[in-house]
Parts: sequence; structure tokens; C-alpha cells
Amino acid sequence: MRIFDPHIHLTSRTTDDYRAMRAAGVRAVVEPSSWLGQPRTSLGSFVDYFDSLIGWEPFRAEQFGIRHHCAVALNPKEANDPRCSGVLELLPRYLAKDSVVAVGEVGYDQVTESEDAAFAAQLALAVESGLPVLVHTPHRDKAAGVRRTLAVVRESGIPPERVLVDHLTEATAAEVVESGCRPGFSVYPDTRMDVGRMLEILRRYGPGRVVVNSAADWGISDPLAVRRVAEAMLEAGYSEDDVDRVVWRNPVEFFAAGGRLDLAPVSAGAGATAPGGS
Amino acid sequence: MRMVGNTESVRVVDLCRVLPRHLSAAQADWLTEARAEAAAEPATVKANSAQAGRRCGRGPLGGEGSPVVAWTVDDAVRALLLAATRLAGPALAALAATVYQEGDAAERRGVLRALGALPVGDAAGHLNADALRTRDTRLVAAALGPYGARRLAPPAYRHGVLGCLHLGIPLTAVAGLDLRADPELGRMARDFVDERLCAGHPVPGDAWILVRDCPSPPGGADPRSPAVRNPEEPCASSTRTSI
Repeated sequence: MRIFDPHIHLTSRTTDDYRAMRAAGVRAVVEPSSWLGQPRTSLGSFVDYFDSLIGWEPFRAEQFGIRHHCAVALNPKEANDPRCSGVLELLPRYLAKDSVVAVGEVGYDQVTESEDAAFAAQLALAVESGLPVLVHTPHRDKAAGVRRTLAVVRESGIPPERVLVDHLTEATAAEVVESGCRPGFSVYPDTRMDVGRMLEILRRYGPGRVVVNSAADWGISDPLAVRRVAEAMLEAGYSEDDVDRVVWRNPVEFFAAGGRLDLAPVSAGAGATAPGGS
Repeated sequence: MRMVGNTESVRVVDLCRVLPRHLSAAQADWLTEARAEAAAEPATVKANSAQAGRRCGRGPLGGEGSPVVAWTVDDAVRALLLAATRLAGPALAALAATVYQEGDAAERRGVLRALGALPVGDAAGHLNADALRTRDTRLVAAALGPYGARRLAPPAYRHGVLGCLHLGIPLTAVAGLDLRADPELGRMARDFVDERLCAGHPVPGDAWILVRDCPSPPGGADPRSPAVRNPEEPCASSTRTSI
């Protein structure tokens, strides 16, 4: 089984997770830009973070035979922080890099004016750079946030099939499917989906366009969530081809749109041994 | 057997000879245009360096050697872009530093490898020191190539070499060992071997090469050296590891 996790924050995960992901069939990932769990307070903090997404983290992933790509953006929460203004000017140089396959995560946290401006600006950057967009939908007041998201996507002129609207739930999936955007589901404890509910989503909408991810981060989350969905699909009677469509071909098709995706296999340990702390 | 290392600088003329074999017609056309842009406006190197991998490929440039050490197609492309600017000295060093600082890991490696082929003078040595502060083995190896090996301060060079032992980077990546290996590096290598033996861990062959070939301090080798240690003498661990 080959797995592509299109939304996972590996800077927050350990080498144990990488080892387990490799064993579970994960061969490629996209790590979108996110917040730290507490505020970043300067542009330099973003530069170092983005640099690690195109430097150290892909190296770390390669030690375990996993291709690491990323998405860069000013995430919705930090769009409200005046100390983070200026990040938008940093983005073009990162959007030119080989392993940057999308703009993301963008979207809404509380649907403020600042978030509006940052979202629209980054959709424009995506159009200019020819990259697809990974959109975060809010965990609070999600339905309103999704409606506003789809309106802004329509206004931007970006083709909807280049937009992945993520962290969807039962109440928000239909609208996204109808819009032509790619529906994304994070199997993440408490705030998003679980495996059982994911199977219901698949029964309702089919495996044709759905994307599943772990969104594993610094919180209680499971970097093997996509594998668990795949196994549940097989148990429920889906074919191996259906599973491959959901956990590999769908995310690959979406992120390949920017022309940067590199899925050449990488041998675990390529480039000498995984170094320790010093 | 004398120590061997990466002692030869790659020249621009070498890259011009070898690279075309690895490029399609479309890739070669892109490179020709990008080099012309670099000659007209050096700042264009930044944008074209970012694209070098996906435009021209990232495969090995040929020749033997570990993937950590060997040049790649995109390394060569980046070197040729910098060379095409016709800048030299501090101006070229500043451009190389910008490409490095704003680059991803492949761009940083490309700049480090290119330095030995470019007329940058001594102004880019800080990039090698910066790369030795990472644990990305490709960057550490590139930092210890011919340009870095001539300019790194002795402590940084020694710790870079020792770092190769820790990170599993072959000593073939390291330039200048014949000239720069000194008694202190030998002492560090002997202590490394001693630590490994006492822990019951395998000792990389390169460590023994350093122990054997680094010059001895005045007065001869340290009697506590594992190379002269009495095999019956107890170690911190009772478990010995064969060489």
C-alpha cells in the first residue's frame, strides 16, 4: 500500500513517527505552514521556519525514505497579529522553491478583516505562481467559515479544482463538493473526523475526489491516521484500487497541478546515517 | 596508505564539458538562456537557481562516489549560472551568499560546491562555517570541499572532520587532509575511537585511518591511545568491539 499524507506537520513529530509512517506505507507528504501553538513575534521566526520546511525537514524525512514537500503561507491565526505583517512579502521567494508545491494553510480562523485580506492576497499569489491552494477551515463556527471561504475562492478567479478545502465535516462537505473544490478530511481526534465517520463520508460522496489526511501536529494526533482509513476501507469492502485512489492518486493529482511534485523513491538513509542531537 | 580526500577543485570548464551529456535539448536551451540572463543581470541568478532542479534535473553528474559527495546536475547548473555573471571577488561572493542564504538545501549545497570553481577570493568562507552548523550531511560534506578546506579556521576544520565520523560522511568528502591533519585532529580521532570501543559500538574505518595517519604530537603517541592500548587493559565497558 502506498500512502501520500497531504497535510501533516512533521516539524512537530519524532523520528519514531517517521519510522512508523514508512512502515505503514507512507512514501510522500505535504507539510503546510502552520502556527507554533503560541505566537511568532517577528519575521525572522517565519524565515527560519520556512527555511526548515525546505531544508532540514525534507532531509529528516529522507532519512526514513519519505519524500517531503511543503506549502508556505501566513496561516489564518497569525494573519491577525501585526507583528507578522510583512510575511506576505516573504512568500514569493519561497513559492519559487522546488519542494514548495502549494500555498497553504490559508483561510479563516475567526473570519476577521485581517484574515480576509491575507486570504485574498495569498490566493492571488497562488494564481501568479501557478500553484494550488490548501485551505484551512475554522474549527469554531465552521459552516459560516466554509461559506465565506467558497465565496472568496469564487471572487479570486482561481480554478476551483486547484483549491483543497480541508478539515471538512458532515455539515460542510456537500457545499465544497458542489463548488468543484477538492474536499479534504482530517482524521484527527475530537475536533475533526474519525475513521468511522470518514467511511460514511466515502459512502455518501464516493472515493472519486476525496482527500484524507492526518493533520498530525504538536497536539494529540495520529500520523498513521491515513493508514487506518485505508485499512477500514478494505474491511468495509472497498477495492485496493479505491483505496489507492483515496490515499495516493487523489492527493497526488491535486498537488501535481503545480508541476513540482517529486515522487521518485528515496531510499531510507540516503545521505548517511540519521544524525543524533549534536 | 596515505589519507585520500576530495582534493581537486572542479573547474567551470570541466562542468561545461560534462553537463551537456545530462541535458535534453530543452534543458540545454533553458540553461543557455539563464546564463545569458546572468551575464546581463546577475540578480536573475536567484530566481533561476531556485528552478535549476526542476528545469534541468537533479541526477548525479557522473563519476564515482557516495551520493553525499558527488556533484549533481543541478549543482553544476547553479555553478555555471554564478560563473556566467562575470562578477568576481567580493561582488560575486555577496551574490553567492545571497543565493545560499535564500536558497533551499539543494541551492545551498550547489553554492558550496561552486565556490571552488568561482573567482570569489576569500570572501565566502563564512558560508562553509554556516554549513558546518547544520546536520544535513550533504551540506557538511560540501562545506569540507576544496574551498572550505583552505579557509576554515583550524578548530572548525577539525570539528568538521570529526563531525564526518559522527554523521557517517566518508572522508573522501574532505579536502585538504594531507595538509591540515595535525596532532590535535589525531588526538580527537583517538578519543573518538576510545569512546566507541568503551561503549561497545562499531568504529568506522575512517576513524582508524585518521588515528594512523595524523601526525603524532612531539614526544610520540599518547600511551593511552587505543592504537597503543594494552588489549588487556580494562575499558569503561567490559565489552570490546572488534575493528
